[in-house]
Amino acid sequence: MKNKFESKKPESRSRWKNFPIKSDKDLVEIRAYGRKLAREIGFNSNDQTLIATALSEVCRNIIEYAGTGKIIIETAQGSSRGISITAHDHGPGIKDIEKALEEGFSTGRGMGIGLPGCRRIMDQFQINSQAGKGTVVSMHKWVDKNGY
Amino acid sequence: MAKNNETKSKAENKEDEAKYPNIPGQPPDESTATLLRELVAHLRQKRSELREEWANRIQEAELLTAMTKEEILAEATSVYDNYVEALETGTYEALQSYARNLSERIIPRGVETHEVIGIVLLLRDVLARSLFAKYRDNFSKLNRILDAYEPAANRIANTVSVGFVQERERVIREQQEAIRELSTPVLQVRERLLILPIIGIIDSKRAQQLTEQLLQGIRKNRAKVVVIDITGVAAMDEKVANHIVQTVDAARLLGAGVIVTGLSTEIAQTLVTIGVDLTKIITVGDLQGGIEEAERKLGYQVQQVDPTKS
Amino acid sequence: MRVPILQQGGYLIASVQSSLSDEELLQLRDDLVARVSTVRARGVVIDVTVLDVMDSFATRILRDIAQMIKLRGAPTVVVGIQPEVALAMVQLGLSLGNLETALDLEEGLTLLGEHTKAD
Repeated sequence: MKNKFESKKPESRSRWKNFPIKSDKDLVEIRAYGRKLAREIGFNSNDQTLIATALSEVCRNIIEYAGTGKIIIETAQGSSRGISITAHDHGPGIKDIEKALEEGFSTGRGMGIGLPGCRRIMDQFQINSQAGKGTVVSMHKWVDKNGY
Repeated sequence: MAKNNETKSKAENKEDEAKYPNIPGQPPDESTATLLRELVAHLRQKRSELREEWANRIQEAELLTAMTKEEILAEATSVYDNYVEALETGTYEALQSYARNLSERIIPRGVETHEVIGIVLLLRDVLARSLFAKYRDNFSKLNRILDAYEPAANRIANTVSVGFVQERERVIREQQEAIRELSTPVLQVRERLLILPIIGIIDSKRAQQLTEQLLQGIRKNRAKVVVIDITGVAAMDEKVANHIVQTVDAARLLGAGVIVTGLSTEIAQTLVTIGVDLTKIITVGDLQGGIEEAERKLGYQVQQVDPTKS
Repeated sequence: MRVPILQQGGYLIASVQSSLSDEELLQLRDDLVARVSTVRARGVVIDVTVLDVMDSFATRILRDIAQMIKLRGAPTVVVGIQPEVALAMVQLGLSLGNLETALDLEEGLTLLGEHTKAD
């Protein structure tokens, strides 16, 4: 109790890490890292699981459609703590983003729920894609969105 | 007395200005640290006298009325010692942790924020008066002592008050949390059967908490069937309805079946209008019927008992 | 790491030991379907207690496994889904469809027992 305020004080510096994505083996590592980071900046266990799952989905998207790419995970500290995930690839791009965000639509081996699901569980979600050039998916989640 | 001081001050100030023309009031050989040391020595020497006066002033001002005189004196002694120590060392950690500890003890007894700020300001006043009395014949010195004392005293007052307010906020947060938990009790009515009566207004935060509690409850009690009774829910929007649907699905993933009871006609109409799919959810009119249905699922025999015969 | 599959009575128990890559999950599917045929199992329990994430792919493969095994005439029960994982799945919109679930291995075996008794 004595150290309550000290221990709650968030670290002042932000952290980021760049994960190159080459195969489905990268999934396991990136999920574990995302969960650990989410826990360290104060997400509850339910949100940690959501973040790990969202990471899994965007990572899977890269492997499935582009083969390789990278995912950058960043944390924001201070008054609005949160996590930022950006997935880049140089794959074929998404022809119809609206369609890709429809639940149940899939051209791959998932359930067509990956991207629309991510949009639902994150606080912010954005896709930029250019046919033939690649896709960037960026999404954020804040710790205290539903807090006091 | 005021007149006396004034005349003295003029004389002394002239002397000082002559001696230290470049830095008035800040003689290089008399640093703030030296002054504070002198001040601390004085406060140590007058310890019992000053803290007793402080305790008396607290009572006169009708502060800390929830505490007895002995208690006030005991706390006054500790605060006094911590105060002097903070002045001496210039570090506030010990005082801060004492303030938090004190707050933790006095908050349940109904001590208010204005009382805590009041007593700290009183102590500041008692000490300042004592300094006046000691240095009344040397006004220039008194000024320098006060210059050293004021910032430290302000910082101390700030530390103690903020400590109290933070502790109070923590208590309030804890109480809010407790109320939230109380408002969504997960009850075990018999082995493997849980009831979750939801009463009042559900917002997203509460809905989320309710789901988490239920899922933990299912695992802890190894429940097979859960009855969620929403008779007491005043209104339901799409978001909350979807949350209940999600709760049912999540419970199912843990291996527990859910029965929803007490869905009012109004809510049922709303849900149909906004297009919430309730077809996959088992609903039963009232809680009694829901429990009977749950018991059937668990393989219990249900017998009708005529209440007039018992 | 390959998921070990144990045989108990007429049942097969696959208990996942660590987070699985896609390849390992597909391997589990192939192993289970093959074993069900060779030992003529009456039911299958897949224990996922250690999984801290179930994404769309894992969910789909579990559904696929259950469907394939059903074609062999045996029911599948998934056990040990953690509360947070269950919540994340429903929030993401993932569903196991008609696949049966139970709290833990013991419950799963009881459930299979009830099924096979009824047959």
